[in-house]
Amino acid sequence: MPAIETRALRKVYPAPPVRRRGMRGPQIGPVQPGSGAPPGREILALDGLDLEVPAGEFFGLLGPNGAGKTTTIGVLTTRVRPTAGTAAVAGIDVGANPVGVKQRIGVVPQRPNPDRQLTAIQNLLFHAAYFGISRSASLPRAQALLDQLGLGDRAESKVDQLSGGQQQRLMIARALIHEPEILFLDEPTVGLDPQARLDLWEILRSLHRQGRTIVMTTHYMEEADRLCDRLAIIDHGKLLALDTPAGLRARAPGGTLVEVTLDGEAAPLLAAAQALPGISRVEVAGPKLSAYAQRVGESIAELLRAAEQAGRLPLDIRLTPPSLETLFVSLTGRKLD
Amino acid sequence: MSPSPWKVFGALVRRDVHVVSRELPFFLLRTTLQPIMFTIVFGFLLPKMGFVQRGYTGALLPGILGVSLAFASVQAVALPMVADFGWTKEIEDRLLAPVPIWVIAVEKILSGTAQGMIAALFVLPVARLIMGPIEALTASHLGLIVGMTFLGAFAFSAFGMLLGTAIRGEQIGLMFGLIVAPMIFFGCAYYPWRALAAAPVVQYLVLINPLVYVSEGMRGVLTPALPHMPVPVVAGALVVISALFLLLGLRTFEKRAVS
Repeated sequence: MPAIETRALRKVYPAPPVRRRGMRGPQIGPVQPGSGAPPGREILALDGLDLEVPAGEFFGLLGPNGAGKTTTIGVLTTRVRPTAGTAAVAGIDVGANPVGVKQRIGVVPQRPNPDRQLTAIQNLLFHAAYFGISRSASLPRAQALLDQLGLGDRAESKVDQLSGGQQQRLMIARALIHEPEILFLDEPTVGLDPQARLDLWEILRSLHRQGRTIVMTTHYMEEADRLCDRLAIIDHGKLLALDTPAGLRARAPGGTLVEVTLDGEAAPLLAAAQALPGISRVEVAGPKLSAYAQRVGESIAELLRAAEQAGRLPLDIRLTPPSLETLFVSLTGRKLD
Repeated sequence: MSPSPWKVFGALVRRDVHVVSRELPFFLLRTTLQPIMFTIVFGFLLPKMGFVQRGYTGALLPGILGVSLAFASVQAVALPMVADFGWTKEIEDRLLAPVPIWVIAVEKILSGTAQGMIAALFVLPVARLIMGPIEALTASHLGLIVGMTFLGAFAFSAFGMLLGTAIRGEQIGLMFGLIVAPMIFFGCAYYPWRALAAAPVVQYLVLINPLVYVSEGMRGVLTPALPHMPVPVVAGALVVISALFLLLGLRTFEKRAVS
């Protein structure tokens, strides 16, 4: 039985209310998220997503903002009702038995949302109580978790006195206090300083070693690469690729991504660049020209010559060796951040 | 294996008792200051000046209690809901508890009911002290008093759930200005409903105001010798109002909790 299984999962959010004088009629047809959806149109967040995560896996959902990552987590954690399709967690259908699903999961939200009326340790003790765990059982466990997450001396602190990183770690402790089978983390390292991020990675690795299934969304390539057993790249609510990080890297389009920014429109160079040997997938967007080159040195010289002939000056040249990032850009046409 | 919903419900109650008991003095100050000031002016100063008849305090006291009860109950539920769903998202940890979502909403309403009853219990001796002896006041129907207080507080807690989940954070000021304030002035709190016979149109218009039934109900159980709506009618109306607000409030709560 897989830890997580989704079939043809689809979510369409209703149109945001039109907050303007002079109401317009509703517009037909969904628009893509992340593109500044105008009010009055519904938003297609998930578009037939199929996922399967075996128990014990560290699974990453990678995608740009608005790709549908948070909605996917929302469905799996019973907080978002899918428009169509099915989702099961630990073999339990999230729509039919949300209580059974909630019993088995721990959730670390994108933004820390501790109970601000309580101290750090009370957050853990009350959360345990919501899962029917007696205080005598939860108290030693809460202490141990706080120690493990470097919050041992902040147990009696009010939540507002904790730093952002400490609050985020408190959220992880809260997600673990009831010993869930499956842990969901939604962009857990956003807003953390580099050291806190490395600490968190270490914590997640040790949780994974204990055999827990972990599902994490991120838009940090390095994080996904280093932590996850398998990665799903999603965009516009669709699965674009699914493999191990090494497998995905191997699928990255050949060559180095060369991006040249010019002092004017790059379009006049397009034909010349496409004709160059050893260069594939040339694209232009405004003043920027992107191409994948097999022999970088030669190609740069040739591209600059083409720019000169078109009367353009290069302002910036950026090289990205074949990586998850080049694969991501080639799949989505977008950068991660 | 999931814990029984009762056990989870108990934990939710313990959390609210823990938080509310620490905030209680501020809560009482916030919710009862207005009715107490009204008591000072209309129950003490105006009678002393001779602007209102001596018997007026008998009609005023139950109404003051009704206002305190209703105002405290609405606030106890609506304000946390607006904050929780609006920006702090604090309620998320309770939404992850392994119980159906509605259990969390019902617990919040009952917690608001208890807070409303505490506010009324606090205002009663204060108001009685300010107004002096009230002839018709009797505590001989204690069971009825408790029952009526509960019904009124529950109706307004459920109303608070509806307001707090249906209204966006930035409109909270509007809510108190446009809904709660007119409710208090046209809620028969400061005058008995029967006396509105002087303005028959108003007398029938105010019947859509739930506070009318709370005020009249408090009169029925605290000063039964003075004019008031029949207690069974009031109780029936409050049960219907409670059921309506409960259904609507649970629906809007679920809409906010599960998108």
